[in-house]
Amino acid sequence: MTEVVMQAEDVHKSFGKLKVLKGISLEVKKGETVCIIGPSGSGKTTFIRCINHLEKIDSGRIEVNGQLIGYRQRNGKLVEDSERNIARQRTQIGMVFQRFNLFPHKTALENVIEAPVHVLGEKKEQAIGLGTALLQRVGLGDKLDTYPGKLSGGQQQRVAIARALAMGPTLMLFDEATSALDPEVIGEVLAVMEELARAGTTMIVVTHEMGFARKAADRVLMMDDGLIIEEGTPEHFFEAPEHERTKQFLSKIL
Amino acid sequence: MHGLVAVDLHVIWQQVFHPNHILFRTLWATVYISVAAQAAGVLFGLLAALARMSRFAVLRWISAIYVWIFRGTPLLVQIFYIYFAFAWPTLQTGFWTVPDAAIAGTVALSINEGAYMREIIRAGIDSVDKGQMEAAKSIGMTYGKAMRRIILPQAARVIVPPLGNEFNNMMKNTSLLFTIGVFELFAYSNQNYSQFFIADYFLAIAIWYLFLTTIWTFIQAWIERRLSVSERGEELSFRERLELAWNPMTAWTRGAHHR
Repeated sequence: MTEVVMQAEDVHKSFGKLKVLKGISLEVKKGETVCIIGPSGSGKTTFIRCINHLEKIDSGRIEVNGQLIGYRQRNGKLVEDSERNIARQRTQIGMVFQRFNLFPHKTALENVIEAPVHVLGEKKEQAIGLGTALLQRVGLGDKLDTYPGKLSGGQQQRVAIARALAMGPTLMLFDEATSALDPEVIGEVLAVMEELARAGTTMIVVTHEMGFARKAADRVLMMDDGLIIEEGTPEHFFEAPEHERTKQFLSKIL
Repeated sequence: MHGLVAVDLHVIWQQVFHPNHILFRTLWATVYISVAAQAAGVLFGLLAALARMSRFAVLRWISAIYVWIFRGTPLLVQIFYIYFAFAWPTLQTGFWTVPDAAIAGTVALSINEGAYMREIIRAGIDSVDKGQMEAAKSIGMTYGKAMRRIILPQAARVIVPPLGNEFNNMMKNTSLLFTIGVFELFAYSNQNYSQFFIADYFLAIAIWYLFLTTIWTFIQAWIERRLSVSERGEELSFRERLELAWNPMTAWTRGAHHR
Protein backbone atom coordinates (compact mmCIF):
# COMPACT_ATOMS: atom_id res chain seq x y z
CA MET A 1 0.00 0.00 0.00
CA THR A 2 1.39 3.36 -0.96
CA GLU A 3 1.16 6.07 1.63
CA VAL A 4 -1.56 8.68 1.43
CA VAL A 5 -0.22 12.23 1.07
CA MET A 6 -3.46 14.17 1.06
CA GLN A 7 -6.77 13.16 2.44
CA ALA A 8 -9.90 15.30 2.37
CA GLU A 9 -13.08 14.19 4.10
CA ASP A 10 -16.45 15.77 3.46
CA VAL A 11 -15.11 19.31 3.07
CA HIS A 12 -17.69 22.07 3.13
CA LYS A 13 -17.08 25.73 2.46
CA SER A 14 -19.33 28.75 1.96
CA PHE A 15 -18.68 32.34 1.09
CA GLY A 16 -21.53 34.01 2.91
CA LYS A 17 -24.68 32.38 1.63
CA LEU A 18 -22.98 30.89 -1.40
CA LYS A 19 -22.11 27.23 -0.86
CA VAL A 20 -18.92 26.61 -2.81
CA LEU A 21 -17.91 23.17 -1.57
CA LYS A 22 -20.68 20.76 -0.66
CA GLY A 23 -18.78 17.77 0.65
CA ILE A 24 -15.54 16.97 -1.10
CA SER A 25 -13.71 13.78 -0.25
CA LEU A 26 -10.47 12.86 -1.94
CA GLU A 27 -7.43 10.76 -1.30
CA VAL A 28 -4.15 11.37 -3.11
CA LYS A 29 -1.35 8.83 -2.84
CA LYS A 30 2.36 9.43 -2.98
CA GLY A 31 3.61 10.01 -6.52
CA GLU A 32 0.13 10.50 -7.94
CA THR A 33 -0.84 13.30 -10.30
CA VAL A 34 -4.48 14.22 -9.94
CA CYS A 35 -6.12 16.68 -12.31
CA ILE A 36 -9.25 18.53 -11.32
CA ILE A 37 -11.36 19.86 -14.17
CA GLY A 38 -14.70 21.59 -14.21
CA PRO A 39 -16.45 24.80 -15.18
CA SER A 40 -15.54 28.06 -13.46
CA GLY A 41 -17.48 28.46 -10.24
CA SER A 42 -17.48 24.73 -9.63
CA GLY A 43 -15.27 25.16 -6.56
CA LYS A 44 -12.07 23.57 -7.81
CA THR A 45 -9.86 26.58 -7.06
CA THR A 46 -11.49 27.03 -3.65
CA PHE A 47 -10.85 23.37 -2.85
CA ILE A 48 -7.19 23.50 -3.77
CA ARG A 49 -6.77 26.68 -1.70
CA CYS A 50 -8.31 24.90 1.28
CA ILE A 51 -5.60 22.27 1.11
CA ASN A 52 -2.95 24.74 2.28
CA HIS A 53 -5.41 26.69 4.38
CA LEU A 54 -5.45 29.84 2.27
CA GLU A 55 -9.18 29.36 2.70
CA LYS A 56 -10.70 28.15 5.94
CA ILE A 57 -13.06 25.25 5.68
CA ASP A 58 -16.44 25.24 7.43
CA SER A 59 -16.58 21.52 8.16
CA GLY A 60 -14.88 18.29 7.26
CA ARG A 61 -11.16 17.75 7.55
CA ILE A 62 -8.07 17.87 5.37
CA GLU A 63 -4.89 16.01 6.23
CA VAL A 64 -1.52 16.22 4.56
CA ASN A 65 1.00 13.56 5.54
CA GLY A 66 -1.36 12.51 8.30
CA GLN A 67 -1.41 15.99 9.81
CA LEU A 68 -4.63 17.91 10.15
CA ILE A 69 -4.29 21.13 8.15
CA GLY A 70 -5.19 24.45 9.72
CA TYR A 71 -6.95 23.02 12.72
CA ARG A 72 -6.26 21.34 16.00
CA GLN A 73 -8.43 18.91 17.82
CA ARG A 74 -9.43 20.15 21.25
CA ASN A 75 -12.04 18.29 23.33
CA GLY A 76 -13.38 16.63 20.23
CA LYS A 77 -13.82 19.97 18.50
CA LEU A 78 -11.72 21.47 15.74
CA VAL A 79 -10.23 24.87 16.51
CA GLU A 80 -8.03 26.88 14.20
CA ASP A 81 -4.36 26.18 14.69
CA SER A 82 -1.76 28.80 15.61
CA GLU A 83 -0.35 30.93 12.82
CA ARG A 84 3.10 29.47 13.37
CA ASN A 85 1.90 25.89 13.04
CA ILE A 86 -0.09 26.67 9.92
CA ALA A 87 2.96 28.35 8.42
CA ARG A 88 5.08 25.30 9.24
CA GLN A 89 2.56 22.98 7.61
CA ARG A 90 2.57 25.08 4.47
CA THR A 91 6.28 24.43 3.96
CA GLN A 92 5.21 20.86 3.14
CA ILE A 93 2.87 22.07 0.42
CA GLY A 94 4.09 23.91 -2.66
CA MET A 95 1.61 26.12 -4.45
CA VAL A 96 1.69 27.57 -7.95
CA PHE A 97 -0.78 30.35 -8.64
CA GLN A 98 -2.61 31.35 -11.78
CA ARG A 99 -1.01 34.80 -11.68
CA PHE A 100 2.48 33.57 -10.66
CA ASN A 101 2.72 35.98 -7.69
CA LEU A 102 6.49 36.19 -7.90
CA PHE A 103 8.07 38.74 -5.60
CA PRO A 104 8.80 41.58 -8.06
CA HIS A 105 11.48 43.18 -5.87
CA LYS A 106 13.57 40.02 -5.90
CA THR A 107 15.49 38.33 -8.71
CA ALA A 108 14.55 34.88 -9.97
CA LEU A 109 17.15 33.26 -7.72
CA GLU A 110 16.18 35.41 -4.72
CA ASN A 111 12.57 34.35 -5.21
CA VAL A 112 13.59 30.72 -5.15
CA ILE A 113 15.91 30.90 -2.11
CA GLU A 114 13.56 33.09 -0.06
CA ALA A 115 11.83 30.18 1.67
CA PRO A 116 14.90 27.98 2.21
CA VAL A 117 16.87 30.85 3.75
CA HIS A 118 14.22 32.89 5.55
CA VAL A 119 11.68 30.24 6.47
CA LEU A 120 13.62 27.00 6.80
CA GLY A 121 16.78 28.72 8.00
CA GLU A 122 19.19 27.06 5.61
CA LYS A 123 22.60 28.52 4.88
CA LYS A 124 22.58 30.97 2.02
CA GLU A 125 25.37 29.30 0.00
CA GLN A 126 23.60 25.98 0.27
CA ALA A 127 20.29 27.54 -0.79
CA ILE A 128 21.94 29.25 -3.76
CA GLY A 129 23.24 25.88 -4.92
CA LEU A 130 19.78 24.33 -4.60
CA GLY A 131 18.07 27.37 -6.16
CA THR A 132 20.44 27.38 -9.13
CA ALA A 133 19.84 23.68 -9.70
CA LEU A 134 16.06 24.15 -9.53
CA LEU A 135 16.12 27.05 -11.98
CA GLN A 136 18.24 24.93 -14.31
CA ARG A 137 15.71 22.14 -13.96
CA VAL A 138 12.91 24.45 -15.17
CA GLY A 139 15.16 25.68 -17.99
CA LEU A 140 16.06 29.08 -16.55
CA GLY A 141 19.68 28.58 -15.58
CA ASP A 142 20.57 31.73 -17.53
CA LYS A 143 18.01 33.96 -15.75
CA LEU A 144 19.21 33.69 -12.15
CA ASP A 145 19.71 37.42 -11.66
CA THR A 146 16.78 38.62 -13.74
CA TYR A 147 13.86 40.38 -12.08
CA PRO A 148 10.36 38.98 -12.72
CA GLY A 149 9.37 42.16 -14.58
CA LYS A 150 11.88 41.30 -17.29
CA LEU A 151 10.66 37.71 -17.73
CA SER A 152 7.86 36.45 -19.95
CA GLY A 153 4.76 34.95 -18.37
CA GLY A 154 5.93 31.43 -19.08
CA GLN A 155 9.33 32.13 -17.57
CA GLN A 156 7.74 33.73 -14.50
CA GLN A 157 5.55 30.70 -13.96
CA ARG A 158 8.54 28.40 -14.23
CA VAL A 159 10.35 30.48 -11.59
CA ALA A 160 7.23 30.19 -9.45
CA ILE A 161 7.34 26.40 -9.80
CA ALA A 162 11.01 26.40 -8.78
CA ARG A 163 10.16 28.64 -5.81
CA ALA A 164 7.51 26.18 -4.64
CA LEU A 165 9.86 23.21 -5.11
CA ALA A 166 12.62 24.90 -3.12
CA MET A 167 11.02 23.99 0.19
CA GLY A 168 11.14 20.32 -0.72
CA PRO A 169 7.37 19.94 -0.42
CA THR A 170 5.70 16.53 -0.34
CA LEU A 171 2.69 17.85 -2.25
CA MET A 172 2.46 20.35 -5.09
CA LEU A 173 -0.71 22.29 -5.85
CA PHE A 174 -1.24 23.95 -9.22
CA ASP A 175 -4.10 26.43 -9.39
CA GLU A 176 -4.82 26.97 -13.11
CA ALA A 177 -1.12 27.50 -13.60
CA THR A 178 -1.41 28.10 -17.35
CA SER A 179 -4.69 30.03 -17.54
CA ALA A 180 -3.09 33.47 -17.44
CA LEU A 181 -0.46 32.64 -20.06
CA ASP A 182 -0.24 33.48 -23.74
CA PRO A 183 -0.93 30.39 -25.86
CA GLU A 184 2.61 30.19 -27.22
CA VAL A 185 4.21 29.86 -23.77
CA ILE A 186 1.73 27.42 -22.21
CA GLY A 187 3.71 24.50 -23.61
CA GLU A 188 6.95 25.35 -21.81
CA VAL A 189 5.16 25.43 -18.44
CA LEU A 190 3.25 22.22 -19.12
CA ALA A 191 6.51 20.55 -20.12
CA VAL A 192 7.97 21.37 -16.71
CA MET A 193 4.86 20.07 -14.98
CA GLU A 194 4.97 16.86 -17.03
CA GLU A 195 8.59 16.38 -16.08
CA LEU A 196 7.68 16.77 -12.39
CA ALA A 197 4.87 14.24 -12.75
CA ARG A 198 7.22 11.75 -14.41
CA ALA A 199 9.75 12.27 -11.62
CA GLY A 200 7.17 11.09 -9.12
CA THR A 201 6.07 14.39 -7.58
CA THR A 202 2.71 14.21 -5.85
CA MET A 203 0.59 16.82 -7.60
CA ILE A 204 -2.95 18.15 -7.54
CA VAL A 205 -3.53 20.17 -10.67
CA VAL A 206 -6.52 22.36 -11.35
CA THR A 207 -6.46 22.81 -15.10
CA HIS A 208 -8.32 23.12 -18.37
CA GLU A 209 -5.46 21.54 -20.29
CA MET A 210 -6.82 18.13 -21.27
CA GLY A 211 -3.66 17.45 -23.23
CA PHE A 212 -1.70 17.68 -19.99
CA ALA A 213 -4.23 15.49 -18.19
CA ARG A 214 -3.91 12.84 -20.91
CA LYS A 215 -0.10 12.82 -20.77
CA ALA A 216 0.55 13.23 -17.08
CA ALA A 217 -2.49 12.51 -14.94
CA ASP A 218 -3.07 9.28 -13.09
CA ARG A 219 -6.59 10.34 -12.27
CA VAL A 220 -8.95 13.05 -13.40
CA LEU A 221 -11.75 14.48 -11.29
CA MET A 222 -14.66 16.42 -12.66
CA MET A 223 -16.10 19.01 -10.28
CA ASP A 224 -19.41 20.71 -10.70
CA ASP A 225 -21.39 22.87 -8.29
CA GLY A 226 -19.21 22.07 -5.28
CA LEU A 227 -19.08 18.32 -5.74
CA ILE A 228 -16.88 15.77 -7.46
CA ILE A 229 -19.30 14.29 -9.95
CA GLU A 230 -17.03 11.97 -11.89
CA GLU A 231 -13.68 10.38 -11.40
CA GLY A 232 -11.54 8.21 -13.63
CA THR A 233 -8.47 7.77 -15.77
CA PRO A 234 -7.76 10.36 -18.47
CA GLU A 235 -8.77 7.76 -21.08
CA HIS A 236 -12.13 7.35 -19.41
CA PHE A 237 -12.78 11.07 -19.77
CA PHE A 238 -11.72 11.11 -23.41
CA GLU A 239 -13.49 7.97 -24.47
CA ALA A 240 -16.52 7.37 -22.31
CA PRO A 241 -17.49 10.14 -19.91
CA GLU A 242 -20.66 9.12 -18.14
CA HIS A 243 -22.11 12.20 -16.57
CA GLU A 244 -24.12 14.56 -18.76
CA ARG A 245 -22.39 17.63 -17.23
CA THR A 246 -19.01 16.10 -17.99
CA LYS A 247 -19.90 15.49 -21.61
CA GLN A 248 -21.17 19.06 -21.96
CA PHE A 249 -18.08 20.49 -20.33
CA LEU A 250 -15.62 18.41 -22.34
CA SER A 251 -17.37 19.22 -25.61
CA LYS A 252 -16.76 22.90 -24.86
CA ILE A 253 -13.08 22.71 -23.98
CA LEU A 254 -11.85 19.98 -26.35
CA MET B 1 15.90 103.04 8.47
CA HIS B 2 15.09 100.20 6.19
CA GLY B 3 12.79 100.83 3.32
CA LEU B 4 10.03 98.49 2.27
CA VAL B 5 12.11 96.29 0.02
CA ALA B 6 15.56 97.16 1.17
CA VAL B 7 17.59 94.06 1.87
CA ASP B 8 20.50 94.19 4.21
CA LEU B 9 22.93 92.28 2.04
CA HIS B 10 25.58 92.38 4.71
CA VAL B 11 23.41 90.50 7.20
CA ILE B 12 22.44 87.93 4.58
CA TRP B 13 26.03 87.50 3.40
CA GLN B 14 27.33 87.11 6.88
CA GLN B 15 24.56 84.77 8.01
CA VAL B 16 24.69 82.55 4.96
CA PHE B 17 28.38 82.47 4.10
CA HIS B 18 29.96 83.11 7.47
CA PRO B 19 27.68 81.28 9.84
CA ASN B 20 28.88 81.26 13.43
CA HIS B 21 28.86 78.27 15.71
CA ILE B 22 25.51 79.22 17.22
CA LEU B 23 23.86 79.03 13.82
CA PHE B 24 25.40 75.63 13.28
CA ARG B 25 24.16 74.51 16.65
CA THR B 26 20.61 75.53 15.82
CA LEU B 27 20.88 74.06 12.34
CA TRP B 28 21.92 70.78 13.93
CA ALA B 29 18.98 70.98 16.36
CA THR B 30 16.58 71.46 13.46
CA VAL B 31 18.07 68.51 11.61
CA TYR B 32 18.18 66.05 14.48
CA ILE B 33 14.70 66.93 15.70
CA SER B 34 13.32 66.54 12.15
CA VAL B 35 15.01 63.20 11.59
CA ALA B 36 14.08 61.79 14.99
CA ALA B 37 10.49 63.01 14.82
CA GLN B 38 10.03 61.72 11.28
CA ALA B 39 11.55 58.32 12.08
CA ALA B 40 9.34 57.93 15.15
CA GLY B 41 6.40 59.26 13.14
CA VAL B 42 6.89 56.56 10.51
CA LEU B 43 7.01 53.96 13.28
CA PHE B 44 3.79 55.28 14.88
CA GLY B 45 2.18 55.43 11.45
CA LEU B 46 3.19 51.84 10.73
CA LEU B 47 1.81 50.61 14.05
CA ALA B 48 -1.41 52.55 13.49
CA ALA B 49 -1.70 51.22 9.93
CA LEU B 50 -1.26 47.62 11.11
CA ALA B 51 -3.77 48.26 13.91
CA ARG B 52 -6.16 49.71 11.35
CA MET B 53 -5.96 46.47 9.34
CA SER B 54 -6.11 44.22 12.40
CA ARG B 55 -8.85 41.67 12.87
CA PHE B 56 -9.28 42.92 16.43
CA ALA B 57 -11.92 45.65 16.60
CA VAL B 58 -10.28 47.27 19.65
CA LEU B 59 -7.08 47.94 17.75
CA ARG B 60 -8.99 49.35 14.78
CA TRP B 61 -10.82 51.69 17.14
CA ILE B 62 -7.64 52.86 18.87
CA SER B 63 -6.12 53.57 15.48
CA ALA B 64 -9.19 55.51 14.35
CA ILE B 65 -9.36 57.61 17.51
CA TYR B 66 -5.64 58.38 17.34
CA VAL B 67 -5.93 59.72 13.80
CA TRP B 68 -9.17 61.54 14.57
CA ILE B 69 -7.62 63.45 17.46
CA PHE B 70 -4.21 64.26 16.05
CA ARG B 71 -5.36 65.29 12.61
CA GLY B 72 -8.32 67.18 14.02
CA THR B 73 -6.49 69.50 16.40
CA PRO B 74 -3.78 72.13 15.76
CA LEU B 75 -0.20 70.94 15.94
CA LEU B 76 0.70 73.95 18.06
CA VAL B 77 -1.91 72.99 20.65
CA GLN B 78 -0.56 69.44 20.72
CA ILE B 79 2.98 70.71 21.20
CA PHE B 80 1.98 72.95 24.12
CA TYR B 81 -0.12 70.28 25.77
CA ILE B 82 2.50 67.57 25.49
CA TYR B 83 5.25 69.87 26.75
CA PHE B 84 3.39 71.31 29.72
CA ALA B 85 1.30 68.28 30.73
CA PHE B 86 4.22 65.96 31.40
CA ALA B 87 7.53 66.23 33.17
CA TRP B 88 10.13 65.72 30.47
CA PRO B 89 13.72 64.85 31.32
CA THR B 90 16.77 66.50 29.88
CA LEU B 91 19.04 64.12 28.04
CA GLN B 92 22.67 64.60 28.93
CA THR B 93 25.51 62.82 27.23
CA GLY B 94 29.16 63.71 27.46
CA PHE B 95 29.23 66.37 24.77
CA TRP B 96 25.61 66.73 23.73
CA THR B 97 22.62 67.98 25.71
CA VAL B 98 19.05 67.58 24.58
CA PRO B 99 16.84 69.87 26.66
CA ASP B 100 13.42 68.74 27.91
CA ALA B 101 11.60 71.05 25.48
CA ALA B 102 13.38 69.45 22.52
CA ILE B 103 12.37 65.99 23.73
CA ALA B 104 8.76 67.00 24.31
CA GLY B 105 8.69 68.79 20.97
CA THR B 106 10.11 65.77 19.14
CA VAL B 107 7.53 63.53 20.78
CA ALA B 108 4.69 65.91 19.87
CA LEU B 109 5.84 66.23 16.26
CA SER B 110 6.24 62.47 15.90
CA ILE B 111 2.85 61.58 17.35
CA ASN B 112 1.23 64.16 15.08
CA GLU B 113 3.22 62.87 12.12
CA GLY B 114 2.20 59.28 12.83
CA ALA B 115 -1.43 60.20 12.31
CA TYR B 116 -0.63 61.42 8.80
CA MET B 117 1.78 58.58 8.05
CA ARG B 118 -0.87 55.99 8.89
CA GLU B 119 -2.89 56.70 5.77
CA ILE B 120 0.24 56.94 3.60
CA ILE B 121 1.53 53.59 4.83
CA ARG B 122 -1.88 51.95 4.55
CA ALA B 123 -2.23 53.16 0.96
CA GLY B 124 1.23 51.72 0.29
CA ILE B 125 0.33 48.33 1.75
CA ASP B 126 -2.99 48.35 -0.11
CA SER B 127 -1.14 49.01 -3.37
CA VAL B 128 0.65 45.67 -3.12
CA ASP B 129 -1.16 42.89 -4.97
CA LYS B 130 -3.12 40.58 -2.66
CA GLY B 131 -1.43 37.60 -4.33
CA GLN B 132 1.87 38.64 -2.74
CA MET B 133 0.62 37.90 0.78
CA GLU B 134 -0.80 34.58 -0.41
CA ALA B 135 2.43 33.62 -2.13
CA ALA B 136 4.41 34.54 0.99
CA LYS B 137 2.07 32.48 3.16
CA SER B 138 2.22 29.56 0.73
CA ILE B 139 5.99 29.33 1.20
CA GLY B 140 5.51 29.13 4.95
CA MET B 141 5.83 32.73 6.09
CA THR B 142 3.89 34.07 9.04
CA TYR B 143 1.98 37.34 8.65
CA GLY B 144 4.74 39.32 10.33
CA LYS B 145 7.53 37.87 8.23
CA ALA B 146 5.53 38.30 5.04
CA MET B 147 4.94 41.97 5.95
CA ARG B 148 8.62 42.59 6.68
CA ARG B 149 10.17 40.71 3.80
CA ILE B 150 7.58 40.85 1.02
CA ILE B 151 4.84 43.45 1.50
CA LEU B 152 6.56 46.46 3.09
CA PRO B 153 9.56 46.52 0.72
CA GLN B 154 7.09 46.73 -2.16
CA ALA B 155 4.86 49.21 -0.36
CA ALA B 156 7.94 51.39 0.15
CA ARG B 157 7.87 52.48 -3.49
CA VAL B 158 4.44 53.95 -2.98
CA ILE B 159 5.19 55.25 0.50
CA VAL B 160 8.48 57.03 -0.15
CA PRO B 161 7.32 59.90 -2.41
CA PRO B 162 4.65 61.20 0.03
CA LEU B 163 6.97 60.37 2.93
CA GLY B 164 9.51 62.69 1.36
CA ASN B 165 6.97 65.49 1.29
CA GLU B 166 6.11 64.79 4.91
CA PHE B 167 9.76 65.10 5.89
CA ASN B 168 10.00 68.32 3.94
CA ASN B 169 7.10 69.67 6.00
CA MET B 170 8.62 68.27 9.15
CA MET B 171 11.81 70.30 8.72
CA LYS B 172 9.74 73.45 8.43
CA ASN B 173 7.37 72.50 11.25
CA THR B 174 10.22 72.17 13.72
CA SER B 175 10.21 75.97 13.77
CA LEU B 176 7.00 75.75 15.84
CA LEU B 177 9.07 74.33 18.69
CA PHE B 178 10.52 77.81 19.14
CA THR B 179 7.28 78.54 21.01
CA ILE B 180 8.14 76.13 23.82
CA GLY B 181 11.71 77.34 24.01
CA VAL B 182 13.62 74.96 21.78
CA PHE B 183 16.69 76.71 20.44
CA GLU B 184 16.55 75.81 16.77
CA LEU B 185 17.06 77.72 13.50
CA PHE B 186 14.04 79.96 13.81
CA ALA B 187 14.69 80.72 17.46
CA TYR B 188 18.17 81.84 16.49
CA SER B 189 16.91 84.24 13.82
CA ASN B 190 14.29 85.58 16.18
CA GLN B 191 16.92 86.16 18.83
CA ASN B 192 18.98 88.17 16.35
CA TYR B 193 15.96 90.13 15.27
CA SER B 194 15.03 90.96 18.84
CA GLN B 195 18.52 92.31 19.33
CA PHE B 196 19.04 94.27 16.11
CA PHE B 197 15.55 94.71 14.65
CA ILE B 198 16.74 93.73 11.20
CA ALA B 199 14.16 91.58 9.42
CA ASP B 200 16.81 90.18 7.10
CA TYR B 201 17.79 87.73 9.81
CA PHE B 202 14.53 85.97 8.96
CA LEU B 203 15.36 86.10 5.27
CA ALA B 204 18.77 84.59 5.98
CA ILE B 205 17.25 81.78 8.00
CA ALA B 206 14.73 81.16 5.20
CA ILE B 207 17.73 80.56 2.96
CA TRP B 208 19.03 78.00 5.45
CA TYR B 209 15.67 76.22 5.50
CA LEU B 210 15.71 76.28 1.71
CA PHE B 211 19.18 74.79 1.81
CA LEU B 212 17.94 71.90 3.98
CA THR B 213 14.84 71.19 1.92
CA THR B 214 16.84 71.34 -1.32
CA ILE B 215 19.39 68.84 -0.07
CA TRP B 216 16.48 66.64 0.94
CA THR B 217 15.03 66.86 -2.58
CA PHE B 218 18.24 65.36 -3.91
CA ILE B 219 18.36 62.64 -1.28
CA GLN B 220 14.73 61.76 -1.94
CA ALA B 221 15.29 61.48 -5.69
CA TRP B 222 18.24 59.21 -5.02
CA ILE B 223 16.25 56.96 -2.68
CA GLU B 224 13.35 56.71 -5.11
CA ARG B 225 15.72 55.82 -7.90
CA ARG B 226 17.24 53.05 -5.84
CA LEU B 227 13.80 51.69 -4.97
CA SER B 228 12.71 51.58 -8.59
CA VAL B 229 15.66 49.52 -9.82
CA SER B 230 13.49 46.49 -10.52
CA GLU B 231 10.37 48.32 -11.59
CA ARG B 232 9.33 47.04 -14.95
CA GLY B 233 9.80 49.31 -17.92
CA GLU B 234 8.91 52.50 -16.08
CA GLU B 235 12.31 53.38 -14.80
CA LEU B 236 12.72 57.13 -14.43
CA SER B 237 16.10 58.78 -14.67
CA PHE B 238 17.55 60.66 -11.73
CA ARG B 239 16.78 63.94 -13.51
CA GLU B 240 13.15 62.96 -14.03
CA ARG B 241 12.78 61.96 -10.38
CA LEU B 242 14.21 65.32 -9.41
CA GLU B 243 11.71 67.11 -11.61
CA LEU B 244 8.97 65.03 -10.09
CA ALA B 245 10.05 65.96 -6.59
CA TRP B 246 10.31 69.62 -7.51
CA ASN B 247 7.24 70.06 -9.58
CA PRO B 248 4.82 67.18 -9.86
CA MET B 249 2.71 68.89 -12.53
CA THR B 250 5.41 69.61 -15.11
CA ALA B 251 7.03 66.23 -14.62
CA TRP B 252 3.68 64.56 -15.03
CA THR B 253 2.81 66.29 -18.29
CA ARG B 254 6.32 65.83 -19.61
CA GLY B 255 6.41 62.23 -18.53
CA ALA B 256 3.02 61.50 -20.08
CA HIS B 257 4.27 60.99 -23.62
CA HIS B 258 7.03 58.54 -22.86
CA ARG B 259 4.85 56.23 -20.88
